[in-house]
Amino acid sequence: MADCNDTIRELYAYLDNELGTDSRQAIAHHLDGCLDCLQAFDFSAELRTVIARKARETHVPDSLLKRVKECFGLDEDGLNENDSNTGRQ
Amino acid sequence: MADKERFAEQALTHMAGLYSAALRMTRNPADAEDLVQETYLKAYRSFASYEEGTNLRAWLYRILTNTYINTYRAKQRRPTEADLDEVEDLYLYRRIGALEAATASRSAEDQLMDMFTDDEVKDAMEALPETFRMAVYLADVEDFSYKEIAEILDVPIGTVMSRLHRGRKAMQKALFDYAVARGLTEPDAAEPSSTHG
Repeated sequence: MADCNDTIRELYAYLDNELGTDSRQAIAHHLDGCLDCLQAFDFSAELRTVIARKARETHVPDSLLKRVKECFGLDEDGLNENDSNTGRQ
Repeated sequence: MADKERFAEQALTHMAGLYSAALRMTRNPADAEDLVQETYLKAYRSFASYEEGTNLRAWLYRILTNTYINTYRAKQRRPTEADLDEVEDLYLYRRIGALEAATASRSAEDQLMDMFTDDEVKDAMEALPETFRMAVYLADVEDFSYKEIAEILDVPIGTVMSRLHRGRKAMQKALFDYAVARGLTEPDAAEPSSTHG
């Protein structure tokens, strides 16, 4: 049975999806009945999302793309073939 | 040769992520470009040691991190672990969580999203001592598991967890300072039982 201290201590392990099944269930069970902890968890989960979005650079400079492709020995034609899957795998 | 080409294609799909991580590490676009290029050169040269089907993304980040530590780190003066204040758990929530809950018309995420600019979040992260910054970046932005981060940084999982714990709190304190500086909240708003004088 997890109390508020246990729950807050495991907050990030929970949000990072790093808890085993039993621990995870104990935390989830506590959150069902504790609005204070639930609000702290929601806030922290949202903060994590905000940080992830705002700290990520999405633009790759053309100069870098060109340099890396050159060191792979790919010519411009080789690049164009891959354009459709340069985003994410 | 075909294998090497396929490897190059797969590796290239991770360039945006690697460049983003490189920027947060070096804090400088020119160094970040050099770092990513060097990472790809090393990966390409040692691709024979990469086993297909294993975690290519983590492998590339490990090369990036090692290259950064060995080559670029010495160039910059950066804060050290000793510069990192002790910060309490839930630092930001205890100060602006109530503020946020009071205006229930919008989702908390939208409010937090609007409260901080991209540059403030980047600056708050870049102000962290590097070992903390890397752990926080790899977890929060790249969603690597603790085990993957331990392999990328070549430290035990316990070290990853302690760096994440302290680094995230320090980042929350930096974000709160930005909110105060912009008049979005009072310095003492909902100040909990603080141990600071």
